[in-house]
Amino acid sequence: MRYSGFKVIKEALMGHKGWTPAWRDPEPQPHYDIVIIGGGGHGLATAYYLAKEFKQKRIAVLEKGWIGGGNVGRNTTIIRSNYLLDGNEPFYEFSLKLWEGLEQDFNYNAMISQRGILNLIHTDAQRDAFTRRGNAMILNGADAEMLTTAQIKKRYPFLNTEDSRFPIKGGLAQHRGGTVRHDAVAWGYARGADSRGVDIIQNCEVTGFKIENGKCLGVETSRGFIGATKVGCAVAGSSSRLMSKANMRLPMESHVLQAFVSEGLKPVMPGVVTFGAGHFYCSQSDKGGLVFGGDIDGYNSYAQRGNLPVVEDVCEGGMAIFPAFGRARMLRMWGGIMDMSMDGSPIIDRTHIDGLYFNGGWCYGGFKATPASGFCFAHLLTHDAPHPTAKAYRFNRFEKGLVIDEKGMGNQPNLH
Amino acid sequence: MIINHPLLGPRDSAEFTYLGDAKLIDRPDAASENAAQEFYEYAYLRDNPAGWHKELWFHEAGDRSWLVVTRNTLTHEISKVELARDVARSRGRSK
Repeated sequence: MRYSGFKVIKEALMGHKGWTPAWRDPEPQPHYDIVIIGGGGHGLATAYYLAKEFKQKRIAVLEKGWIGGGNVGRNTTIIRSNYLLDGNEPFYEFSLKLWEGLEQDFNYNAMISQRGILNLIHTDAQRDAFTRRGNAMILNGADAEMLTTAQIKKRYPFLNTEDSRFPIKGGLAQHRGGTVRHDAVAWGYARGADSRGVDIIQNCEVTGFKIENGKCLGVETSRGFIGATKVGCAVAGSSSRLMSKANMRLPMESHVLQAFVSEGLKPVMPGVVTFGAGHFYCSQSDKGGLVFGGDIDGYNSYAQRGNLPVVEDVCEGGMAIFPAFGRARMLRMWGGIMDMSMDGSPIIDRTHIDGLYFNGGWCYGGFKATPASGFCFAHLLTHDAPHPTAKAYRFNRFEKGLVIDEKGMGNQPNLH
Repeated sequence: MIINHPLLGPRDSAEFTYLGDAKLIDRPDAASENAAQEFYEYAYLRDNPAGWHKELWFHEAGDRSWLVVTRNTLTHEISKVELARDVARSRGRSK
């Protein structure tokens, strides 16, 4: 069924009796050409592009819970392509371009809102670094603009630019950045994939891989064995747990990242503001809640909840630049589990096992990457060769000294 | 989280910084024939278990000792705290 304004009016007149479920609930088949493990944003996007762009048949997505119940349902919904390094920026710009056409492409309202993102600057050195980053973005076809304090003040009049520790001296803006209705991304991709014949199988946990003579023949699941010519893993957050079943050790640790929403307020935040020096970023949802977050807690965790020191740290950062927000009450807070990789960048690659492919290591930047991650993983699964924008995301880059370390922190996952 | 420091008693985990898996105590031998591969694995690959994990914490805002903390990554429960010095010595280091 195609969604349209006309369809909404027709259904309104017909008593809303014609709506059908957005995807089926099929029984698993004994064998598929391609099995994707993980029914989150990246897994569903992979299945969607496999079916739509790469014309693959007989595809299944296996999800241990319900689709969209992991990090795609618990992030802070920001999209942007403001990266510095050559290995990253073309990929994230490709992703942002896919976001821009996504709703028309998959015929689903994902509420994509290009309200702009602003990175604040406090020192001359930071201004130099952000100027360099802005130029790298422009060289890769993205948009970037350096703003003065006066320009920022005009857009965010209540921003405290006079903080004595971190006075605001300007900012790097990407006007095409913004926010998205995150759950709708999972649902839109699921619906688009399902309508093209992809089996989305929920409540189906992968418990092991069947590997013989260095080749992956399928997966053992809580609903029985499912054979597959190719298996793609897209379970960021739990990648180490899953890949350990194939006896792989990954270059990553799992960490918890917390996020917060305030009670609903009238519109105060026109865009996204990041205060990197104070470990704080914020936007406002369409329901009015301030959506904000900061750093990861910093220790290995699979608990999907964090601890209070980071709550305090994030709120202190927020109070420093937005003192007015101190009057707002916190409504909800939650935690999600991140694959924190050794250089802060992701991996989309084949493994050393034939027919077993991997997508993960997204750190806390996986949401914005969803469309390009799905597209590039689908490309890899189809052609056995990396997509041009994802060719740096290889497993062997650590061994070869080709790390993509945006922050220059080295092999310390909790610092990326 | 509260870390029960072997010398100082219960301390707020906010006083500590986190390094990672306590296997980092076992640095490979640079003279080994396979040293390049061993150092790659040492520097970059992690078990990253869901469950009990031995890990290195540094008491940065305290007595600056290194601790080996046995902590459950699913619940954040801490079952054992040792001085990293004692752990390293028990493995034959720094005799």
